[in-house]
Amino acid sequence: MRTAARTATWSVGLTGALALVVLVSAGVGPVSIAPDTVAKVLLNGVAVPASVGVAPRGVPLAGGLRVPVPTVGFVHPFSFAVEDTHATIVARIRLPRIALGAIVGFSLAAAGVVMQGFFRNPMADPSIIGVSSGAAVGAVAAIVAPVAIPFGLGLHGAAFVGALVAAFGVYLIATENGRTPVATLLLAGVAVQTFLGAVISFMLLRSGESIRTVVHWLMGHLSAASWDEVTTAGILVPPLFFVLLFYARDLNVLLLGEEDAHSLGIEVERTKRILLATASVITAAAVAVSGVIGFVGLVVPHIMRLLVGPDHRVLLPTSALAGASFLVATDTIARSGAAEVPVGIVTAALGAPFFLYLLRRREVHAL
Amino acid sequence: MTGRRGAFRRRIGAGRRPAVGSAEGRTGSAEGAGDDPTLVVDGVTVDLGGVEALRDVNASVDRGWFVGLIGPNGAGKTTLLRTITGALTPDRGTVTVAGERIYALPSKEASRLVATVPQDTNLSFAFDVRETVAMGRTPYLSRFGRWTEGDETAVEAAMARTEVAELADRAITEISGGERQRVLLARALAQDAPVLLLDEPTASLDINHQIRTFELVRELVADGKTVLAAIHDLNLAAHYCDELLLLSDGAALASGPPEDVLTETALKRAFDANAVVSRHPVTGAVYVTALPERTGGAEGRVHVIGGGGSAARYLYLLSAAGYDVSVGALNEGDSDTETARQLGIDAVTVPPFAPVDPTARAAVRERVDAADVTLVADVEVGDGNLANLEAAAASDALVLVEERPFAERNYAGTAGETAYARLRDRATVVRTNGVVGAVADAVAADRRSGVDGPDGRSLGK
Repeated sequence: MRTAARTATWSVGLTGALALVVLVSAGVGPVSIAPDTVAKVLLNGVAVPASVGVAPRGVPLAGGLRVPVPTVGFVHPFSFAVEDTHATIVARIRLPRIALGAIVGFSLAAAGVVMQGFFRNPMADPSIIGVSSGAAVGAVAAIVAPVAIPFGLGLHGAAFVGALVAAFGVYLIATENGRTPVATLLLAGVAVQTFLGAVISFMLLRSGESIRTVVHWLMGHLSAASWDEVTTAGILVPPLFFVLLFYARDLNVLLLGEEDAHSLGIEVERTKRILLATASVITAAAVAVSGVIGFVGLVVPHIMRLLVGPDHRVLLPTSALAGASFLVATDTIARSGAAEVPVGIVTAALGAPFFLYLLRRREVHAL
Repeated sequence: MTGRRGAFRRRIGAGRRPAVGSAEGRTGSAEGAGDDPTLVVDGVTVDLGGVEALRDVNASVDRGWFVGLIGPNGAGKTTLLRTITGALTPDRGTVTVAGERIYALPSKEASRLVATVPQDTNLSFAFDVRETVAMGRTPYLSRFGRWTEGDETAVEAAMARTEVAELADRAITEISGGERQRVLLARALAQDAPVLLLDEPTASLDINHQIRTFELVRELVADGKTVLAAIHDLNLAAHYCDELLLLSDGAALASGPPEDVLTETALKRAFDANAVVSRHPVTGAVYVTALPERTGGAEGRVHVIGGGGSAARYLYLLSAAGYDVSVGALNEGDSDTETARQLGIDAVTVPPFAPVDPTARAAVRERVDAADVTLVADVEVGDGNLANLEAAAASDALVLVEERPFAERNYAGTAGETAYARLRDRATVVRTNGVVGAVADAVAADRRSGVDGPDGRSLGK
């Protein structure tokens, strides 16, 4: 079918572009590494499960019983000769950051597409219902508060929880009799963001010596990336993305207005809840690991809409892939200067003028 | 609204439209499916935030009927439509479609029973026409299901039916309003639902597209669709609908065939409008003309000589301005006679095609004498109505309307010429748009002269 073919073509193209951006990006830094070397390091890391066995000793249980545990044997099909230092730089330092950037960009752009469609508002972005502000409050509290954070929640956990609490709070405020009017949701989101902004400012005043850490976090950064964060985000994001993708058709119908969507058989309120919850969680996951990175979720969906049209079955995956490339590229710029700047500054500094350019060309004036 | 299944509705001038309202025009399966109407609204009351938007509304629409929903703004037309789609749940009463309580169904199932053609709104997204129509298949697609051959066929058929197939790859934002309306209709057809609701389907369309849309709906009804449409234009509603439901202030004021619903009293109650109901001269359908309240403060008597429709406009304008108008002599059955009757104007008449006889001539003379001004319309003059001109000669204040020279409309030979020349010598001659002003001047002058000298003066230019 046409849509599927179009989605596939665009997705393959954008995945290729992403791969290219990653190869270049991993080579950029204080030590320049050629793209082919980067490719070799990446290929060396490829592992293919080749054999399944049982661990010889198993896991000891009480009473001397042992439970057999399956083990998977991996084969590394590639073994190119690469300089050790280069391999370490690429695999240990640059790749986690690049991978995290890709995941965050992917998530923010996907959530941005959904929010813009959901609100039928070109200014909607992933944080429109207070996700980023909530995350910021959580993170800043975790940095500033003198008490240790309970339940073993680190900075990321606090940000994640803060984001979800804020989003859910906005949803509850805007819901009456089981219906959540989009306009109310939008206004409640703006009001809650303003309130949380005040909370953040107040905490900043009290932050004392940790103010640098707080400001750094608030500006959005990928510099603290490690494989742990990549793994957590990498496990959380894909299933959520597929939920959004399965609802892409419903989102198309919702664009026609809720009344129309209802008469076309969409369970409007339920669909809205699912879309809102999923997009909020995916945003929360991104913001929790990277701080508040603006403009990716706003600009990338607009650019992709110009290229592929409004059909979310195409727009959603292509925007997500483009968002990944965009953030990896901007983060490369952010860290390639003499002194590293938070990537949030770069995305906004590049994204806003480009958006204004599109606006003046009258190419973006509505969704 | 039930119980009229056998009623035969004659529609003059609409020959190509099948008589779906008639017993023979209706498909056997509808009768075979039992006597249950497709759509039943039973005692529906809807409370919208403390305001009763609908109050105990009843309606039922059989398969293959086209029912128009009329009423003033805010009467509850859209609320009723929304209740039928299941978007609103009635506080009391039920809505059933094909035997199912609509709002108790999951919206997917409800949307297989009722399809809606919305007003042209919310289409600011550059979906192409085919994609838009394909959205009509949403009720049939499962989340993980595939687009099937059947879906494709339904979309193509709907586009062909509404003649938008050639627009298939154009963006919905780039086509005209009339085309967009047809695309929305196609989307509703792709939905394959037995009941079709239309909310002001032609509100933003020009007259040609209004007619095309209604003709198309009529064809769909002939194919067995059941249609309920909120329609602003009473005359389009009267012409195209089998029955009408008149809502006023949330309650059903009248329902039934257009001629029963569109009465002057009902229109006065529902719309607070001073309307005249007649038959359309070409289509024979009930025809409503809304008139302004007679607030004109003009005083004076005017007698009008016309016929064949030449005087209708002046009768209306002068009586609206407040003059005491009389007309004649006219033949019974003349369109001017019909207009006079609707406007409640005193008319001297003679039988159809009969000449103006001495009695009628005397009656005209009497009115000319009583009038301040006599207005002679741009009328054809023959032997039959020459007497009117002769009677007008007695008037001391004459206004003649000349859109065409008299020679072109004189069928009474030299007698006609003579009679007309006698009038024209001392008349004010005007074109149509000067009539009201000329009459006002003439009345004023006549009144003055009536004070100055009782013998009167001629009012030549």
